[in-house]
Amino acid sequence: PRLASWPFFRNQYDSDVTVWSPQGRIHQIEYAMEAVKQGSATVGVKSKTHVVLVALKRAQSKLTAHQKKVLQVDDHIGISIAGLTADAQLLCHFMRQECLESKFVFSTPLPISRLVGMVGSKLQVPTQRYGRRPYGVGLLVAGYDEQGPHLFQTCPSGNFYKCKAMAIGARSQSARTYLERIRDQLPDCDLNELVRHGLCALQETVHPKKQEHSTENVSVAITGKDMDFTIYDNDAVAPFLQGLQKEPKKQEKPAGSSATSQASEEPMEQ
Amino acid sequence: MDAGSFKLNFWANGPKPGELYSFPGATGSTIPGCGPVRHTLNPMVTGTSVLGVKFDGGILLAADMLGSYGSLARFRNISRVMKVNDCTVLGASGDYADYQYLKQVIEQMVIDEELLGDGHNYSPKAIYSWLTRVMYNRRSKMNPLWNTVVIGGVYNGESFLGYVDKLGVAYEAPTIATGFGAYLAQPLMREVLEKKATLSKDEAYELLERCMKVLYYRDARSYNRYEIAIVTESGVQIEGPLTSETNWDIAHLVRSGFQ
Repeated sequence: PRLASWPFFRNQYDSDVTVWSPQGRIHQIEYAMEAVKQGSATVGVKSKTHVVLVALKRAQSKLTAHQKKVLQVDDHIGISIAGLTADAQLLCHFMRQECLESKFVFSTPLPISRLVGMVGSKLQVPTQRYGRRPYGVGLLVAGYDEQGPHLFQTCPSGNFYKCKAMAIGARSQSARTYLERIRDQLPDCDLNELVRHGLCALQETVHPKKQEHSTENVSVAITGKDMDFTIYDNDAVAPFLQGLQKEPKKQEKPAGSSATSQASEEPMEQ
Repeated sequence: MDAGSFKLNFWANGPKPGELYSFPGATGSTIPGCGPVRHTLNPMVTGTSVLGVKFDGGILLAADMLGSYGSLARFRNISRVMKVNDCTVLGASGDYADYQYLKQVIEQMVIDEELLGDGHNYSPKAIYSWLTRVMYNRRSKMNPLWNTVVIGGVYNGESFLGYVDKLGVAYEAPTIATGFGAYLAQPLMREVLEKKATLSKDEAYELLERCMKVLYYRDARSYNRYEIAIVTESGVQIEGPLTSETNWDIAHLVRSGFQ
């Protein structure tokens, strides 16, 4: 199955993370990034005052609960995950420890950029050590500090990126396309619009016939100026979903008109 | 947790080239008995009182420039006040060598933070909290930094003034005085503040000048040469060396013979 989907024959160079391929790639890291793409989608969007994370929770079977995707790290920071949940729990624990230390030692909430830097450094270590494997999880880190709202994406490679908006996980490319289109509207959005954009982007990742948004499988989280990181699950998500109207998939409309129709036509009740 | 808590120690304790490397946690070896044994110390060269007062828009910190060697006025031009960054100053009484160590550690912390270059810098409260933890941890190891430190600054428009001592006792107040200043100057400062809760910069300055004069008259380990640090929204300024005008006319009246 490996050979069937990949264009290159690269079995020789992909057994250890300490091995470079002749093309200058480390395949183990790329495989780890694939694990992120296998996770269910999650979207982050940022305005001038708030950051919103929305995530699609997957249930392993009809008997299990939907897997938690959004985790709180501190009063002012939270993350949503895509990929190996166990790896995500470990990173979340690390992030919580660092935040607590900052509050205890310096009486100061840890700036998000510094936290993400620490996570990035931690993610890099197993990409360069024999016998270890990269963390198989991508994070969207959302937070608010003295310098305003922040949204970051981290990768198993150890890279991290500052984002205006981002989507990761399964079929997230459609969500990213949507986000690219509405990117310039985001800074001035009010909170309702911001959540709506997040949910619309998330909806792009969903196969219309197979799955629908419901209070069971959507998580919303918000943080911002004068607002601690708050996660909305189950019934608390209902008001956000109600504002979302069903509409035909964006790909069917010509690129020019879809941006304007988004902004003017949909009402949003909160 | 290290003094520079944003240092990453992932590669510390790694194998040295040519050395046989044993993985960490393999044998629980703690070297017994070897290594320096520590006990509570005695201060050597010491600084006397440090005063601090808040005013409308900032804070003032004052300390004389003497390092005493017991009763000997040994070093008569040392600074006991330091600028931490553009919004924070720190003054120390007690052992001068311990202050110099602290100064070096804090300066490196500030440099490390500048290197991060992300627009965040230590607030006075952050330095105060950090120092409290350091002092308390040292006292808990029976190896204190024998200092009483005053931290002052302005952050987000608000004045900050805090006290941390060698036991790890810490508090914030509108007026702070360490050493003899706590007995001689603090009542004077509080008297002024009780009448008028918010002082202007000039009023606060006059108050400190008056207190430094009283301290020079009455503290036998003081010196008539001092510095004043002023912190406002616009930054830090350390003025000095300043001198109090003193009048010793009544000295001849003292029976034991101050001429």
